[in-house]
Amino acid sequence: MLQVKNISASYQQRPVLEGISFQVEDGEFLGIIGPNGAGKTTLLKIMTGVKSPLTGEVMLDGKKMSSLCRKEIAMIMAVVPQSSFIPPLFTVEDVVLMGRYPHQKSRFVTTEEDIKAVEEAMQKTNTSNFRQRPVNELSGGERQEVIIARALAQEPKILLLDEPTASLDIKHQMRILGLVRTLVKENGITAIMVIHDLNLAARFCDRLILLHNQKIYAQGVIKEVLTSQNLKEAYEVETMVEYNDFIGALQVVVK
Amino acid sequence: MGNKPKRYLLVLGILLVGLIATCLISIMIGPVFIHPLLIIKIWAYKLSGGLIQPIWSNIQETIVVDIRTPRVILSMLVGMGLSIAGAAMQGLFRNPMAEPYILGMSSGAAVGAALAIVLGAGNVFGELSIPAMAFIGATTTIFVVYNIARTDGRVPTETLLLAGIAVGFFLHAVVSFLKIIASHETLRDVVLWLMGSFALSTWADVRMVILPILLGIGVLYFLCRELNALQFGEETALHLGIEVETVKRILLIASALVTAVAVSVSGIIGFVGLIIPHVVRLIIGHGHHILLPASALSGGIFLVLCDTLARIVTQPSEVPIGIITAAIGAPYFVYLLRRRKKAISWW
Repeated sequence: MLQVKNISASYQQRPVLEGISFQVEDGEFLGIIGPNGAGKTTLLKIMTGVKSPLTGEVMLDGKKMSSLCRKEIAMIMAVVPQSSFIPPLFTVEDVVLMGRYPHQKSRFVTTEEDIKAVEEAMQKTNTSNFRQRPVNELSGGERQEVIIARALAQEPKILLLDEPTASLDIKHQMRILGLVRTLVKENGITAIMVIHDLNLAARFCDRLILLHNQKIYAQGVIKEVLTSQNLKEAYEVETMVEYNDFIGALQVVVK
Repeated sequence: MGNKPKRYLLVLGILLVGLIATCLISIMIGPVFIHPLLIIKIWAYKLSGGLIQPIWSNIQETIVVDIRTPRVILSMLVGMGLSIAGAAMQGLFRNPMAEPYILGMSSGAAVGAALAIVLGAGNVFGELSIPAMAFIGATTTIFVVYNIARTDGRVPTETLLLAGIAVGFFLHAVVSFLKIIASHETLRDVVLWLMGSFALSTWADVRMVILPILLGIGVLYFLCRELNALQFGEETALHLGIEVETVKRILLIASALVTAVAVSVSGIIGFVGLIIPHVVRLIIGHGHHILLPASALSGGIFLVLCDTLARIVTQPSEVPIGIITAAIGAPYFVYLLRRRKKAISWW
């Protein structure tokens, strides 16, 4: 369980987040949406402990994140960053094994447990077929799967994803989010995702938070958050939100 | 990176044998040729406390024990230290141009040494005034650069790099000024020191540097997993559970220690710390598990080889080793670059 308690943050006196509080339950898939500049990136940086908030506290499993060391955090929470820079020459297996870092007690020995976790992570993400290939030679979609596999090798309770579909084609968008959805439903992982695409958010998330003007403008289940009124207020565009039978989810159409 | 351990052990084994062989050959060669078996016998005699009947002259013993061996060991240690520090700096900065001197330490050491040579500074250290002043110059520089770059408990690598370059240029100006005011003989000494040399190496030098260099090598190797993760960026490393700022600080301190100690006894030997890690990446591998130890061993081989050439090519006088490292190292590196069809992109 992850709790965000009354978070405020600023960049050089300019407030970027004010009084943000919410809670994510175990086995839930939460989407964070909002226009550019609403504070999504800052919120994510605070939730991952990269930036410390001005006030407030992030609680991981009931413990203050500021009191945990990086290894302890990494055992609870894994992050799939937006555009992961991939240095050349590391194979898929190398990269996934790096996810074992917080668990490894010995610096030079890979244990049975590590190998098992790596195999499982590659299996779940369908990456074991190309385990020996250098990651920088893979396609964008395959790369993203490898990064998710690395996150899974951490055996986290919480998965944080920053725009995981940003540069992917529609097939891989569906594949990656379908994978996250499966992990949430079948493995009880909690997923929190920052995403721009409202239609993907509507299809895959359980609940949404809409950030606007440094605050939470709306939060709740999809149909409570994705209303024409909310979207007009936050994004300043006219939209039509309808239930689409073909996909079985709400769909946002922009005028 | 836990795979291929057998191949890695084999490679390191070959390099280790190569290093020992190179050292032995280097001790053999010189104005007086000494048979390798004799070298082994002399050392067995010395180490066993005289169990073997000596069948050699005192001169041979002096050449092996007091002149060539300390020189070979010192050049080996310096080569190992500079190469592993270079590999670690390239990994930390994710920059193929990074090298042990990148944070201005060579210029700092040069100022210290030049002050000692030209103005006689550091007299309190007696015979050790030049190495002591060079060491002080190098460590002061890294300390200043580190503190210039520090902002709110973090040290951004880009700032560190730029601060190092700025401070380095400033110190370089100081050295140039000292060269101008230097007398004729002292100027020559400064110039020779700047190009590096092992000509005056003694056991005292070896005793002074062996512990810090081996310690630094050990610490750097200890952080190979963290260096691998850092290749994916500092934020990713943080998310994997690495205390990035602490790791960066330890990497900097360990490479600075190795570099400062190496420079203080040998002068500024360029090229080794920059190129050896690239050669290892091209031939052996890129993961820091193998890159760091292989760089250390290859750097040792390379510098012992270069120092041997420095001794013999213009006998009886010597060529500064800095000339040799670049003169034979650069063409070899160009050959490696050309042999590889693909463009090199490690970052």
